[in-house]
Amino acid sequence: MISYILPEFLVLRDENRCIQCEVCVRQCANDVHYLDTKDGKVKSDDAKCVNCQRCVTFCPTHALTIIQNPQEFKANANWTKKAITEVQRQAETGAVLLTGMGNPEAYTVYWDKLVLNASQVTNPSIDPLREPMELKTYLGRKPDMLEFDKDGKLLTKLTPQLVLNAPIMFSAMSFGSVSLNTCESLARAATELGIYYNTGEGGLHSSLYRYGKNTIAQVASGRFGVNPDYLNAAAALEIKIGQGAKPGIGGHLPGEKVKAEVAATRMIPEGSDAISPAPHHDIYSIEDLRQLIYALKEATDYTKPVSVKIAAVNNVAAIASGIARAGADIIAIDGFRGGTGAAPLRIRDNVGIPIEMAIAAVDTRLKEEGIRHQVSLVAAGSIRNSADIVKAIALGADAVYIATSALIAIGCHMCQKCNTGKCNWGIATQDPQLVKRLNPNIGARRLVNLITAWEHEIKEILGGMGINSIESLRGNREMLRGVGLTQKELDILGIKAAGE
Amino acid sequence: MKRVYALEEYCVGCRLCEINCVVAHSQSKDIIWAFKNEEARPLPGILVEEMKPVSFGLQCRHCDDAPCVKSCITGAMHKDERGAVVCDTEKCVGCWTCIMACPYGAIKRNESNTKVISKCDLCPDLAQPACVTNCPNEALIYVDRR
Repeated sequence: MISYILPEFLVLRDENRCIQCEVCVRQCANDVHYLDTKDGKVKSDDAKCVNCQRCVTFCPTHALTIIQNPQEFKANANWTKKAITEVQRQAETGAVLLTGMGNPEAYTVYWDKLVLNASQVTNPSIDPLREPMELKTYLGRKPDMLEFDKDGKLLTKLTPQLVLNAPIMFSAMSFGSVSLNTCESLARAATELGIYYNTGEGGLHSSLYRYGKNTIAQVASGRFGVNPDYLNAAAALEIKIGQGAKPGIGGHLPGEKVKAEVAATRMIPEGSDAISPAPHHDIYSIEDLRQLIYALKEATDYTKPVSVKIAAVNNVAAIASGIARAGADIIAIDGFRGGTGAAPLRIRDNVGIPIEMAIAAVDTRLKEEGIRHQVSLVAAGSIRNSADIVKAIALGADAVYIATSALIAIGCHMCQKCNTGKCNWGIATQDPQLVKRLNPNIGARRLVNLITAWEHEIKEILGGMGINSIESLRGNREMLRGVGLTQKELDILGIKAAGE
Repeated sequence: MKRVYALEEYCVGCRLCEINCVVAHSQSKDIIWAFKNEEARPLPGILVEEMKPVSFGLQCRHCDDAPCVKSCITGAMHKDERGAVVCDTEKCVGCWTCIMACPYGAIKRNESNTKVISKCDLCPDLAQPACVTNCPNEALIYVDRR
């Protein structure tokens, strides 16, 4: 059967620049480039190219360019090239379409419809280079009230808090879905920055226990790698109910990726498929969730905050209210643009709601119910830059989780082929030949640079608003205005239109 | 003295060290010109040894008590003021005794000119060797370990 699927990309090689050094041949895990021994020239098989740009980046003479295959289909606004190709692929494989990273479809990006306020004349702006600017963030349940004795000493027993130097954390990416060098890069950067990274559902590799003070240990439906040492090594725990890229769907780490270290960390046999069920089989209600929250608190002697992560879906505000009442200290909400190591394409691109709407709706609902102080809110699902963070916090988040931008910082080029295990950048792979392409010394340095740059920018934006602490921005929707939004959208976001 | 050390856990086997070594020792110092136009292109002084998934760049260790210097019949192979082992190509007669003596296999014949051997000279004109500067994954470091 001949394949109808055309090459997605074309590899252009400038023969005037190519020196036949074969760096591209050696760097491509998809075997696109090869040396033709008959004429001694390096050539390419375009059909295998995924446009990860490893060869483009490594080519010492910049001889390579990869372009979209310009082959036109008969113009059709309904049956697009993408729609046709997907039908062809399924007709050839009979399989569910799998993909990686986040939803790339052209839904409205609400961050880009929000604009920020700044001080002019009537209130002074602040220069963060000359005056102190506080980004320190505390995540966890806050007390209803504070009581002091007659000497002014605090009587109220405070609940455990996570202290962040900036309102940014690296979100859950499991060892197995990503390489150990990726985990180590994140862990070391989080430690240096005074923030946190999340283990994901794959347990904690023995070499990473030393970064425990900056680790959030996740407990997901598969319960991989969960044991008392794991729970107690971390600074906080997180129950993963759902993920923005695939709400309502479980996980499946293929056996080929479950090599010795992954197997030992996950506490499963080597080579066995690691399947996370869609639901937690012991959680069918808020009451059941409460049992697991308190089981984890009991296991760690009530010393660590417990987070519950959900995907942003319809009724997210009511669900979040239930989670707060179930005893969670932190609620992480993952919008429909959140990334993944592997998800069915139809789920990733069609299920869930935007994080901007979800975070605003949850913050509003919890405030209305008078329980906003009982939980911290973490927004996740495609935070692309520091302005997105400022907008998320103004909408009501306490902090944000970033993962896609963190991976881009360490080499990801968004080719969306994480599920193949052939990541040329050493991130989403367990192939020893590929894993070492990510040097954690470089990875950690690039992550520290990214977050440091964002901290500078957040301070600059806050200063412009005349605010000297991130605390004063939280839920401060007066600092936001909407451009090009309907009244209904403005109402849900709880903001005014520009000019109002 | 400072030497080049390979960190095999980070070597990705791209061989950009070899390519940049050739460029650094070429006449033009221009990568495209060196590979496409120069007739007597130098051999790389570093060689990536590879048995997947292990690989690392190997070049002259610049031994304190260098067997190649001892074995050289003309005095071409010598230690310079930096402590680096270098070959005076004017004196070299191409007997290749140094190749036999080197315990690391770091000296190669330059087959385009049978007389002269080719080896790492630690890039005397650069702040650090070109292979170290151009390693994309920091798998080569230039440090004094003593």
